[in-house]
Amino acid sequence: MTRPGSEGAPLRVAIIGAGPTGYYAADQLFRQPGLVVEIDMYDRVPTPYGLVRAGVAPDHQKIKSVTASFDKVAAHPRFRFFGAVELGRHLTVDDLRAHYHMLLYTTGAQTDRRMGIPGEDLKNSHAATEFVAWYNGHPDYRHLTFDLSHERAAIVGVGNVAVDVARILSRTPDELATTDIADHALEALRASRVREVYLLGRRGPAQAAFTNPEVKELGELADADVVAIPEEVELDELSRAAMQRAGDRATQKKVDLLQAYARRVPTGKRRRLILRFLVSPVELLDDGAGAVGGMRLVRNKLYATDTGTLQPKPTGEFEDLPVGLVFRSVGYRGVALPGVPFNDKWGVILNEKGRVLDAERKQPLVGEYTAGWIKRGPTGVIGTNKPDAAETVTCMMEDLAADRYLRPGAPSSEAAERLIRRRQPQCFSYQDWLKLNDVELRRGKETGRPRVKFTRTEDMLAALGRHPGRPRE
Amino acid sequence: MTVASLLARKGVKVITIEPDQQIRQALALLADHNIGAVVVVDPGARPIGILSERDIVRAAVRDERGVFDRPVSALMTRNVIVGVPQDDLTSVAYTMTDKRIRHLPVVEQGRLVGIISIGDVVKAQRDQYQGEVDTLQFQLIAEQDKPAARAG
Repeated sequence: MTRPGSEGAPLRVAIIGAGPTGYYAADQLFRQPGLVVEIDMYDRVPTPYGLVRAGVAPDHQKIKSVTASFDKVAAHPRFRFFGAVELGRHLTVDDLRAHYHMLLYTTGAQTDRRMGIPGEDLKNSHAATEFVAWYNGHPDYRHLTFDLSHERAAIVGVGNVAVDVARILSRTPDELATTDIADHALEALRASRVREVYLLGRRGPAQAAFTNPEVKELGELADADVVAIPEEVELDELSRAAMQRAGDRATQKKVDLLQAYARRVPTGKRRRLILRFLVSPVELLDDGAGAVGGMRLVRNKLYATDTGTLQPKPTGEFEDLPVGLVFRSVGYRGVALPGVPFNDKWGVILNEKGRVLDAERKQPLVGEYTAGWIKRGPTGVIGTNKPDAAETVTCMMEDLAADRYLRPGAPSSEAAERLIRRRQPQCFSYQDWLKLNDVELRRGKETGRPRVKFTRTEDMLAALGRHPGRPRE
Repeated sequence: MTVASLLARKGVKVITIEPDQQIRQALALLADHNIGAVVVVDPGARPIGILSERDIVRAAVRDERGVFDRPVSALMTRNVIVGVPQDDLTSVAYTMTDKRIRHLPVVEQGRLVGIISIGDVVKAQRDQYQGEVDTLQFQLIAEQDKPAARAG
């Protein structure tokens, strides 16, 4: 059997997950010299771009401009997209093995980590990721409701998701109305009575994950005063020493910004965004009716581990925050795919440099690969997934050269499409997406917004002139 | 970025040896797995030392013939600096460079869960910087394209 990769017998690759990593990998595969590759990209939802559409905040449109480069990849004649097709529901790994030489899982980190404290499951305690998916119009989350009738809300964490949520809760309806936030979220946030938003960091200001531009943005909100507590943004000896020896100017700038916030006099804006440091929630308190009535915090002190990382240690000093709404944002976590070995400890697909490993022998499985957050965990910015995908593609090319690839019984794009259409008659193509994109942009233009998002699969089908109950012809 | 994300893409293999095994066996492990150090563990999988190729080179210069038969415990470094999965990459990079450590065993509740090399750290940092540069470039280009599009 001749090695696939030629005009007559292209290398067929299935990419599961249409987020940034999937596109970066597709781009790198198409760029391999002398190799003819056919790529079918799948996603659980009808639309592509993963977290760029469903995660990146609606008031951060600039970051979303990266999708222009994704569309260039998708315009390749040997690229196809199948939206609303889910692994484990419409297709199995065995189905894919029968149609492709190589499978690449780029499903990201779909769920959040839990805090592991009493009261975590009380009413009005949520995963920040669900709130994010809701305000970004993810079809699976649009039905969620958030009780915004409370005056005080707390967000646990100071990473970029936590900061996004804090900003969205603190912005005015007018500010939000200029973004592509989902209509249902805009409507709910218009009626919001939230006036105080707490952001809670377990470590000090120097260790907070948020970036300097993110911190600056918090100080420029139209109708929210940013507040920091002087004692909490004061540098401790360990942090000061660590910053000095590393000559870390960016962190110094961040601390300066936060200390300047602590000196600010509130200007009488209608909302307050309060940045807290060196505190960890130890319990969510019941209001007597099964909902969040408050949050008990413990004050932390920093200590240095062997490697010099500063970590928090509880002091035994407690404080109660009277909040009625809680969002936890203490990290994302990957979800196992049916039929794919999973490393439960790190919440990633079991892999070595992107080669999926057999769960028993810990040896590479033929023809199965992974990249992005589901490979290494949720770290870095969007672009970090590019070198990560490159590492995996290098493994794929090494294995191809060594004749390690799957031997599918039906290695044709027609056979794959027939199977997909049989299993999921209502799947979406890239052409479908481009049409939907045009409609979203046009509706946005009419209302002075970047776009107005579709948030229901039925609406998307209707806009394409397809009937939800009937398969496309 | 934390140590955990470096370990996530390294599989779950950690090459270990016991203190009473011979240097000969340690060398075979280093060669077979193409690595520069092995973690020395007690029967409870707790790391009690680390044995690097340098430890063996130094001993071989002193004792050309006998080195192969010596026990691992005789040459290993005992005061091992260990990491935990929650350690920050920047602190780890600083400490490894500062103390000239090339391998960092990672423990969780006293048990060995992985090992990272200075190469892993450098690669992770390079990918992080590359990613940031790439993302910033894209935003700059998008910024520059905006007024042009409006003018056109």
